[in-house]
Amino acid sequence: MNNIEKTIKDNILTYEQKVLALAKEAENTLQVLNIDNKTTEYINEGIICSLFEGNAPYRPRYILPDYQKFMEKGSEFLKLDKPKTIWEAVNNLLILYKHVPSITSFPVYIGNIDELLNPYIDDEKEAYEAIKMFLKHIDRTLTDSFCHANIGPRDLMAGRLILKAERELQDSIPNISMKVSKDTNEDFIIDGIKTSLITAKPSFANHEMFVSELGQQYGIASCYNGLLIGGGSYTLVRLNLAAIAQKAKNKDKFFNIYLPEVVDCMCRFMDERIRYLIEESGYFQSSFLVREGLIDQDKYTAMFGMFGLAECVNTLLDAKDKKDRFGYSQEASELGLKIIENLEQKVSAHHNKYCKDGKFLLHAQVGIDSDHGISPGCRVPIGEEPALFEHICVEAPFHKYFPSGIGNVYAFESTAKNNPKYVLDIIRGAFAKGMRYFSLYSSDSDVVRITGYLVKRSEIEKLTHGEQVLRDTVVLGKGAVENLKVLDRKIRKND
Amino acid sequence: MIKAPVNKIIPFSSVDGPGNRLALFLQGCSFDCLYCHNPETINKCINCGCCVNVCKNNALSIENYKIKFYEVNCIQCGECIRACQNNSDPRVRYLSVDDILKEIKKVQAFISGVTVSGGECTLYIDFLMELGKKIRDLGLTFFIDTNGSVPLWNKKDLIGVIDSAMLDVKAYDRDEHIMLTGTDNDNVLKNLDFLIKSNKLYEVRTVIVPNVLGNRHTVDEVSKIIGKYDGSKYKLIKFRQMGVREDKLNSYTPSMKIMNELRKLAENNGCKDVIIT
Ligand code: SF4
Ligand code: SF4
Ligand code: SF4
Repeated sequence: MNNIEKTIKDNILTYEQKVLALAKEAENTLQVLNIDNKTTEYINEGIICSLFEGNAPYRPRYILPDYQKFMEKGSEFLKLDKPKTIWEAVNNLLILYKHVPSITSFPVYIGNIDELLNPYIDDEKEAYEAIKMFLKHIDRTLTDSFCHANIGPRDLMAGRLILKAERELQDSIPNISMKVSKDTNEDFIIDGIKTSLITAKPSFANHEMFVSELGQQYGIASCYNGLLIGGGSYTLVRLNLAAIAQKAKNKDKFFNIYLPEVVDCMCRFMDERIRYLIEESGYFQSSFLVREGLIDQDKYTAMFGMFGLAECVNTLLDAKDKKDRFGYSQEASELGLKIIENLEQKVSAHHNKYCKDGKFLLHAQVGIDSDHGISPGCRVPIGEEPALFEHICVEAPFHKYFPSGIGNVYAFESTAKNNPKYVLDIIRGAFAKGMRYFSLYSSDSDVVRITGYLVKRSEIEKLTHGEQVLRDTVVLGKGAVENLKVLDRKIRKND
Repeated sequence: MIKAPVNKIIPFSSVDGPGNRLALFLQGCSFDCLYCHNPETINKCINCGCCVNVCKNNALSIENYKIKFYEVNCIQCGECIRACQNNSDPRVRYLSVDDILKEIKKVQAFISGVTVSGGECTLYIDFLMELGKKIRDLGLTFFIDTNGSVPLWNKKDLIGVIDSAMLDVKAYDRDEHIMLTGTDNDNVLKNLDFLIKSNKLYEVRTVIVPNVLGNRHTVDEVSKIIGKYDGSKYKLIKFRQMGVREDKLNSYTPSMKIMNELRKLAENNGCKDVIIT
């Protein structure tokens, strides 16, 4: 049986999942990108990885429509007028979401939904009903955990109602980020933390930091990717630092031969993907999102991803004992920073004419389900985590290099629910140390954060027993639980 | 500069007062509770040397009849405290207020304040006063966690530097308290009254020990006192065998049913914030 027939006959997949898988199979029969031999070699070795983007890019990987504009103007193509009531507002948004593609075909960004809905609240009770229905609709139809909503930094009634509804629904979709600034009302953040300890969201984004790099008009999409509203990212390709270190064997070869060569290949590979998308696929020429000004090519960038820094450093230092390894030794941290600085310089030096300011943005990729023993981005490996304070201090210095996303997930003991201010203090401290993004969940909740996205433990169980599940990301979650050991994260109590 | 024996510093604690707190544990206690979870904090080391040889990591030695602890070699295995017959700990260090401030400054961005616990921290009043002043100068809050054995009503200066206190009321009945801790509870109850009236009582704690203590009586009486005033929490803690010295107690972890009944009782007596852990 070939893959196509296998897909057709796979009873674990829902009908929708089959259609998407078949589309991918069709796309992958094409060979339309010009990729040189050296790059192909690195791709085959798993050093450069295009994260299942497919062989013929025909839509950007991430799209962040300007929903504010859509709320003000409606849409000619979708024949929608500016909403007048909360019901029309949620209905309009739900309609548009189904026309915002991404690499998974589901929208990865659904807007700063508190700001979008707040003007339509007349009656709190009615608004709560509408918001709950809205969120439930998203969870059951946009069945992909990379679908991401933003709330904050302002404390609005809509934001409060969204949090309340999430505590009640405990669904895995959408993922939510709360933008937290120095001025954000503390009680609102505490409300967010309480929600997070029940249902693993929202995560907390360092608003000042994102604004200083991307300006006020930024959104958090997919896992934790900071991108411009009205723009997005054409592509995300990642580089496997752990594998480069294995190949290089020593620091000299790593810095002087392999790293420059791989970065060069990967930049050219990204250029080629972008070229095809823009010059040949016709996406930007034909999409109503462009025509109606909801996205603008000038606000686009592309994401240069990396992962496996910890293993890379440990290999280059030949660090076996805990005290010498990444997460514990000063020398390992310094080498890690040197690698990322070096990477940053090389990537910044590359120019792509279709990207904003000609630049790719660095992204600490969270890993995929099939990664075996290689850690996401610049994280300390699961199972080796130091005490929380040291853990944050080791990872925070890396965050400034990754405007398009970096973060980590901390599992707290459920007793933290008695003292949410405890978590707030830690988040504030982490932000003060330069941390960009902070995710948490409680060790006893059903919804858990895998690497960036959310999955229900109970659904992973179902899948393990061969039952169908509605949400595609459960498959990834299951792989990650098995290969990345994400449920073995150190539980934080007092340390 | 005054020093105090420090058993342990926990940089992040979620259970020692509001927000995230650095918790400092001082060595030495005025009670000897049957259910003590950290019996190694009760006594000061008598330098008998019995623990030295059980350490497989060269972290302990005895020099000039005194125990020496080499922290870098210690892997926190706990073998030494299991070997100690004296309820002590060879890892205790005498630290000055400045030594401790150094540790606090490292985590300052992450904490609401510092809580000093024990053992029994009020055995070191002068140290607490100096430390408390400096902690408050940093803009942090200063809490103490006490068993109430030392009279606080005549320590106005100390009360001036603490933001609030956590107080254990282990048993309301005097004889029961003697049975459990070896000491009567006269000072404890006077301190309870005093701290409430000075508006410095953050939380009262009672460990619920089935079979052994008159839990209901204690919770009933204590909650009546707390209930009369506004603001203090009442934390009811389930007895757990872990860490407790064997053969001291014949009890078990109470069910949530028992705990919820006690919570109800306390709430009916006017306690607004009852926590079960
Ligand atoms: S008061 Fe606390 S430290 Fe002292 S013996 Fe009792 S339980 Fe142990
Ligand atoms: S805990 Fe005690 S026995 Fe264990 S290594 Fe440390 S000093 Fe030695
Ligand atoms: S800690 Fe205990 S066993 Fe060790 S020297 Fe001191 S009293 Fe003796």
